[in-house]
Order: sequence, then C-alpha cells, then structure tokens
Amino acid sequence: MAEFLEIENVSKSFGSLCAVDKISLSIHRGEFFSLLGPSGCGKTTLLRMLAGFERPDSGRILLAGQDITSHPPNKRKVNTIFQSYALFPHLTVRQNIAFGLQVQKLPKAEIDAQVDKMLALVQLEAEADKKPALISGGQKQRVAVARALIMKPQVLLLDEPLAALDLKLRQKMLLELDIIHDEVGITFVYVTHDQGEAMSLSDRIAVMNRGKTEQVGTPTEIYEAPRSSFVAAFIGDTNFFEGEARELVDKEYSRLKIEGFPDLVCFNDKNISAGNPVYLSIRPEKFGIGRAKPSLGGKHNIVPGRVEDVIYLGGMTKYWVRVDEYKIAINQQHNRFYLDEEPIRWNDDVWIWWHADDGFMLERYSEADENLMSLPPESLGEGAEP
Amino acid sequence: MKRSRLPFVVTIGVLIFFYLPIMVLVVNSFNASTYGGHWGGFSLRWYLKLMGQRDILLALENTIIIAISATLASCILGTTAAFALHYYKSALQRCHFILIYTPLVVPEILMGMSLLLAFVAVGVRLGLFTIFLAHVTFCVSYVAMVVLARLQDFDMAVIEAAQDLGANWWVTTWRVLAPMLAPGIASGALLALTLSVDDFVISFFVAGPGSTTLPIRIYSMIKFGSPAVLNALSTILLAVTFILVWASQRLTTNKEKAT
Ligand SMILES: Nc1ncnc2c1ncn2[C@@H]1O[C@H](COP(=O)(O)OP(=O)(O)OP(=O)(O)O)[C@@H](O)[C@H]1O
Ligand SMILES: [Mg+2]
Repeated sequence: MAEFLEIENVSKSFGSLCAVDKISLSIHRGEFFSLLGPSGCGKTTLLRMLAGFERPDSGRILLAGQDITSHPPNKRKVNTIFQSYALFPHLTVRQNIAFGLQVQKLPKAEIDAQVDKMLALVQLEAEADKKPALISGGQKQRVAVARALIMKPQVLLLDEPLAALDLKLRQKMLLELDIIHDEVGITFVYVTHDQGEAMSLSDRIAVMNRGKTEQVGTPTEIYEAPRSSFVAAFIGDTNFFEGEARELVDKEYSRLKIEGFPDLVCFNDKNISAGNPVYLSIRPEKFGIGRAKPSLGGKHNIVPGRVEDVIYLGGMTKYWVRVDEYKIAINQQHNRFYLDEEPIRWNDDVWIWWHADDGFMLERYSEADENLMSLPPESLGEGAEP
Repeated sequence: MKRSRLPFVVTIGVLIFFYLPIMVLVVNSFNASTYGGHWGGFSLRWYLKLMGQRDILLALENTIIIAISATLASCILGTTAAFALHYYKSALQRCHFILIYTPLVVPEILMGMSLLLAFVAVGVRLGLFTIFLAHVTFCVSYVAMVVLARLQDFDMAVIEAAQDLGANWWVTTWRVLAPMLAPGIASGALLALTLSVDDFVISFFVAGPGSTTLPIRIYSMIKFGSPAVLNALSTILLAVTFILVWASQRLTTNKEKAT
C-alpha cells in the first residue's frame, strides 16, 4: 500500500543546473514533514512541484493513490503558504480568507460561517476588515495560514513561512503552527534552512543537499545517527577526524586508525570494510573529560590530551583539547568547581573518553560539501547550541 | 546665519516666467475689450461667442472621439504589453521594452512625418482613423510605462496564490490582477487622454481634410480668427488638462500611501 504522499524519482533541471535530482520520499498522512537544507539545495523547487507550479522533468507525484504529476495548481487538493505570504493587497483579511470558497461559488452564508470559524482559529476577529498593509507580520502569516486551511487541503505546503519574522515572533509563530497542526490534523510539508525550526516541529525531516536527499528520519535519528558527513556537519556541531577503517570486532564494531590516536573502536552500522578512508564524527557533548584516567572498560575509547582553551558558558563549559593535530571541542554540563576537585584549566593534561556508540564512521564527503561546511554556522541556519 | 535670499528670488522669477503668459491669457479670456491691451470689465462674451462657432465645436467633437477611442485602445494594448514585459524575461522582451520605450524619446516631428509617410505608402485615407492610429502609437508607450511601474511594486506570487486557491486564469485576471492594476491603468488612461487632447505636431501631419482636431483649429485661428475667442478656448482646454493631470497624480499618490 502506497503512502499518502508519494514522491517517486522526481527530477527538475533549469538549463544545465539540476535543482532536484531523482528524489523519492514517502510522507505519511497527518505528518509534519520538513525539508531541510542549505540555500539553493532545491527545497523550494521540490515544494513548487508538489503545489503544481513547476512540472517535474521526470518522476511521479502521487497523492492518496492518485497521480497528480500533471494536474495544474488549481486542481490539486494541496495549498501553499508562500514565503512572502502573497496576500491580496486589495482585499480585506476577511475577503482574503474567503477567496478560495468564493472561487468555488459556495453560498454566501456558508462562506461567512466558515470564514468566521477560521478567523477564530487564527485569532484575527478584530482585524477582519483591515487590508493586509495595515496588519503586522505575524498577523499576515496567520491570514495566509487561514486562507490556505479554509480550503481543507490534503497537504499544506509551507515555504519558510517564518523567515520574514524577527526571532521572538518566530518562536511564537512556531508554537502556533505546531498547535494548528495538532488541531487540524492535515499533512504539513515544511521547507526551512533553519535546523532549529525543523528539529522542534517535525515528525520527520529530509535533509537535502545539492538536489538530493542525504537522509530522511526523525529529528533524533538525524542528530544522533547521521548517515553522512554532510548531515553530521549541517545539523548541530561535531568534531571530524580523518582515519581508516580496520578489521571488525564484535560484529557491529570496527577498529579505527586515526593518526596520532591510539587504536579506537567505533560503531560501524554502515558496514564500512577494512581499509576504507572514513571520517569519524563525534558530537562535543558526547565526550567525557577529566584529570584522572577513568577506569572504563570495553567499548570506551580513552585518549590523553592537553587543554588549550576553556570557555565558561553558564549552562555548560566548552573545552578545546589538543590531541596531536586535532583541536577537539568538548561540551560539559558544568566545570566541577563546586563539586570536588579543582576546575580544569588551560594547559592541564587531561584524559578524554567517549563510548564507541557515540562516534560515527562516515564516508568522506566531497570537496564541495567541505566548502559548504567551512562556512560559519549562521550562513547555514541557526547553530545547534542551546 | 542669515539665509541667502537668492534661491527664493530665482524660484519666484522662474514661476513668474512660466505662468505669467498663462495668467494673462486666462485673465484676457474674461476681458470685455476686444484687444488685450486694457481691462474693459469682466465678461463671458467670448465664451458665448465660442459656443456659436460650428467649426470649433466640430473640432472639439473630433478631439473627444479620438481621445476616448485612442485611450481605450492604448490602455488595453499598454496593459498587456506591460504585463508581458514584467512577467516574461527573455532577450526578446528586452527588445520589446526598447520598442515600447522609443516613442517616448523620439522627437514628435519625426514620429509625425514617419507616420504620414507610412500611411501614404500603404494608401490609407488621411482622416480621423489615421489620427486615432497615430495617437495610439505614442499613448501605448505611456500607459505601458505607468502600468509597468505599478507592476514592479507588487509581489507576483499573488498570481500563484490565486491559482493555488483554485482560481483559473480567467478568475485570476478578473479578481486579482485587474483590481490590483486598476489604479495604474486609470492613471495611465488619464495621461493618455491628456496627451491625445493636447497633441498638435503629430496630428497636424496625419490629419486629413475634414478631420481637424482642436489644437489644429486653434493654430489656424491664431492666423485668421479672433484672439479673444482663442483665449476663451485655451482657458477651457487648460482647465480640462489641469483636472486630468491632478486626477492622475491623485490616483498615483493614493496607491503609494496604501502600500
Ligand atoms: N526558475 C528558475 N530558473 C532557473 N534556476 C532556478 C529557478 N528556480 C530555482 N533555480 C535554481 O535551482 C536551484 C534550487 O533552487 P531552490 O529555490 O529550490 O533552492 P532552495 O533550497 O529553496 O534555496 P533557498 O533556501 O535559498 O530558498 C538554485 O540553484 C536556483 O538558482
Ligand atoms: Mg527556497
């Protein structure tokens, strides 16, 4: 049985540029699904194909079992919330919301009743007779939501609906969108380049890069078990180490050789065979750090290093630890000052450790991805730091 | 520090230079004496006399017919041209833009002459129809430019939004595009109307026998007619032009305040 919204091998090129490259996705009914990726990765293009504004070069789009690939936008039970909202400037809020039903030529009494219900849902009763130019950004966004929801779409498409709002309003609208989604139970497909938004709202996320999906999964899966080095770098902070996979130990674990480190063990869920070059990715908060060598057995890796920098951030402390040529970022909840021992300081010799399950062996990314990752996090979206 | 009086004096001087002749003309149209040299008391006799001249009324009728028909035609053509220019971007559209823009800068006398040559070459009989065609050629450009400026102000995503909400092209055009463009089209129409009513040079070239327009009539009256009647006629023309320009300005600024 096919999924509710099925995207099958869809591609779209503009001239020589392949904006969307053979993407396949299955989206469940009622799901909050996000498309997340850096600027220009093809999110909007994919969304516009779902809405019907662009025709795929190849592939199919199925909605509730029906092939809608070649249906025009006005014949799809899919509605869009545009990044600029695209409210009709010559109509009042009420007329904007009523537009879709008026096009369907419903009786006036019924339109009025439904519009009133929508106005109540988005709490805009007081602004009903104002023109869009006279209401605030957050209110405009709610009009756009109401105007789309009144059509009772099977899927609601949202293209960075919060990008134009300031941070505070964005957080408020984020919450409202979440509530509306729970209330109406419609499938949402949400485009964003902001990982914070995607993480907090979505049931599942598709991380996109250069026209392809890198990984599809729940926010936890994507953060905790990135399938590619691009995903690991794009979502949150991470430390990368260049190494080489060695022989398997214990079925799912491999030995790993990294220049300047003792022999390591690492979870190898991707069955990378011995001899392949890999990246090891470890999130800063997965490390332990201490002056004394811990007595941990089995699947722990324990490495000596020297502290090069300590940044106290209130909620946590960030250490930069030098191990051979690597400068490793480590986040710790507190710096033990009030607990037992002396705090760790600059130039202290320390031990750092992590569990084999917390490191990920990833295939090496291409040079183009590397350039993308060397950008400061702001340019890719909000950093993952709390 | 004392501000220099010079800019003030220059401004007043320039304004006097511009408007004094017009003021003299307006005042003289109410002057009872035949020759403008001295004030013979307030009178409307020149206006009454004007009403009695059949050839002037005929010229007025011609002017109105041409102005209205040329305005309508250029509004439709100009709006569609502006829309095409804005919506579709290609090398051909750049060419289109230049073609639309050129009539605004080509000297009128050149336009008039080339139109005359074209009409003669094709063998069209000169008359109201040729004047209409000539007026449309330059009015289209003005309407297109005004509407294009409007279009550039608003978000074309509204067209997609309308389609997204179930509207077909016809509904989108009538319920979204037309109302949004209306102020632009109206101010373009008023501009076209003014230009058509005022035009002398081009009309002079392409007018045939029996198709005299008001400006051409006025020109011949300078040579043969009574200057006082001419003053009255010019004052009326001036008032009409002024009202049209004022209305056009109002439409444009109102729209700016709303967005
Ligand atoms: N109509 C078009 N004509 C030509 N190229 C286009 C067109 N639309 C998009 N592109 C190109 O396709 C690529 C993907 O664009 P798209 O708008 O889908 O990216 P995006 O992921 O939405 O990025 P952003 O986060 O910046 O909105 C870009 O390189 C863009 O330049
Ligand atoms: Mg986009």
